[in-house]
Amino acid sequence: MATRQAPLMPESVLQSDVLEVNLGPQHPSTHGVFRMIASLDGETIVKLKPCFGYMHRNHEQIAEGITYIASFPYTDRLDYLCSMTNNFGLAVAIEKLGGIPISERGEYIRVIMAELTRLVNHTAVTGFLLNDMGAFGTPLLYAFREREKILDLFESASGSRMMCNYIRPGGVREDVTDAWLDRARGIVREYPRFLDEFEKLLRDNEIVRQRTQNVGVLPKDLAVSASITGPMLRATGVNYDIRKVDGYSIYPRFNFKVPLGSIGDVFDRYYVRVLEMRESLKILEQALKDIPKTSPHLSPKGQAMGKAPRTFKPAKGEAYGRIESPKGELGFFLVSDGTPRPYRYHVRAPSFINLTILEDMCLGHKVADAIVILGSVDIVLGEVDR
Amino acid sequence: MLLPVEELKTTLEQLLPGLTLTVENSVLVVPPAQLTGVARCLKDTERFRLDYLSNLAAIDYPPERIEVIYHLYSMAHKHGPVILKVKLPRENPTVESMVPVWRGAEFQEREAYDLYGVKFDGHPDLRRILMWDEFEGYPMRKDYKHEDQDALDGNPSGSAHA
Repeated sequence: MATRQAPLMPESVLQSDVLEVNLGPQHPSTHGVFRMIASLDGETIVKLKPCFGYMHRNHEQIAEGITYIASFPYTDRLDYLCSMTNNFGLAVAIEKLGGIPISERGEYIRVIMAELTRLVNHTAVTGFLLNDMGAFGTPLLYAFREREKILDLFESASGSRMMCNYIRPGGVREDVTDAWLDRARGIVREYPRFLDEFEKLLRDNEIVRQRTQNVGVLPKDLAVSASITGPMLRATGVNYDIRKVDGYSIYPRFNFKVPLGSIGDVFDRYYVRVLEMRESLKILEQALKDIPKTSPHLSPKGQAMGKAPRTFKPAKGEAYGRIESPKGELGFFLVSDGTPRPYRYHVRAPSFINLTILEDMCLGHKVADAIVILGSVDIVLGEVDR
Repeated sequence: MLLPVEELKTTLEQLLPGLTLTVENSVLVVPPAQLTGVARCLKDTERFRLDYLSNLAAIDYPPERIEVIYHLYSMAHKHGPVILKVKLPRENPTVESMVPVWRGAEFQEREAYDLYGVKFDGHPDLRRILMWDEFEGYPMRKDYKHEDQDALDGNPSGSAHA
């Protein structure tokens, strides 16, 4: 006698629970120790809270206990891919606070270093982004091969590949030699070839397009209101580059464009970075051509440092200095009480603030997209956690 | 072009009756209760259009006050900065949250709350952000005592950097 079997799962009671998943803190896609607490409906993200601070060492408090100049090696460790621009940001703020004149040759060396850093950062982040999409290894190694050439340049100028500790108020720590400049010219000449190759590999790649176009779209208004800066902002089509707006250092002397995206998806963010590298190469070409000759009347130190004081004790006051770092607006807010140590030292970290809208970009996407979206924000946890 | 800070002060006081601002070294000091009104006015008035909150930081001045400073720029008109400051009592410092005006304040206010203990009324999710949730105290305050403060005080090389 056959009995009628009950259906395994009656449709009327079929319900899916929202599942909470911790992505990270230990996960290769989080680029450090970073956690996303995601609520998933099936595979779709319905809620996502970023959670960080695992590498917090209270950089600001350390800096308030030491002299202004002694903070430079610590800034290297903020965004450890871009130590040169971190030094630059602090130097700009200190110069504003103390009214320090900057040596002409020092300005050129700074711009050269800052733009080389932009190349390093954008090359690396593009490689990592492809890693996040599943192109494991190969594109990243291509990117790192090129990055290494620039890091060699940094090493021979500053003594260290990544923790350069090189830019100082008034100029840079050591002058560069003519041979160094020639090497830099050679790299700038060769770089477009790599970019062409890299771009061809990626831009017309069907899988890259499928994974990036219309993923993680960031509307223009939200981007402005949420204080998003850098390539992420420009990918939404807002023309705001501090090199142009503030015209700090000697950037107004150079001819370059600000590449803009259209809808602010992952593809735009990636492509804006590629185009920015080409503009950086333009700036580098001009700066390496125009850099003033060393003067026989000045010591090698004097060439690069100008008349900056060796001991620094600014008058009472406040200053906010900002630069366009590869990740966005890097600002340093300093309050002086007339002693050699800052009374208040605050870092406005671009990748920290760019994470504000991570949830907005991820909602409605799949888990695998969240990884790519995070990769396109371009965070470095040394800077987020400080 | 943006107005000089003195003219900005008079213009704002005309636009918002009952408001009194003071100017300290090109910083506009706003009474805490009127911060939202000033912020909305600066953001929405076409002439200013300060749509971008660049930086928010707290400063501790023991024994009496904590200040919160806001650096505003305009992405639309590409001018700035306009710097606002509120002065709060050090006991229970509370100020209106700027998140409804500028979304970019969300994490920065959480940081000020975490490290200085400034409370932001109306913040959607005011939790610690860099320290862990169970942490007690506000480590960036000038009178914060480290766990190993005794060792630091007893060790003369603790000030080797100076």
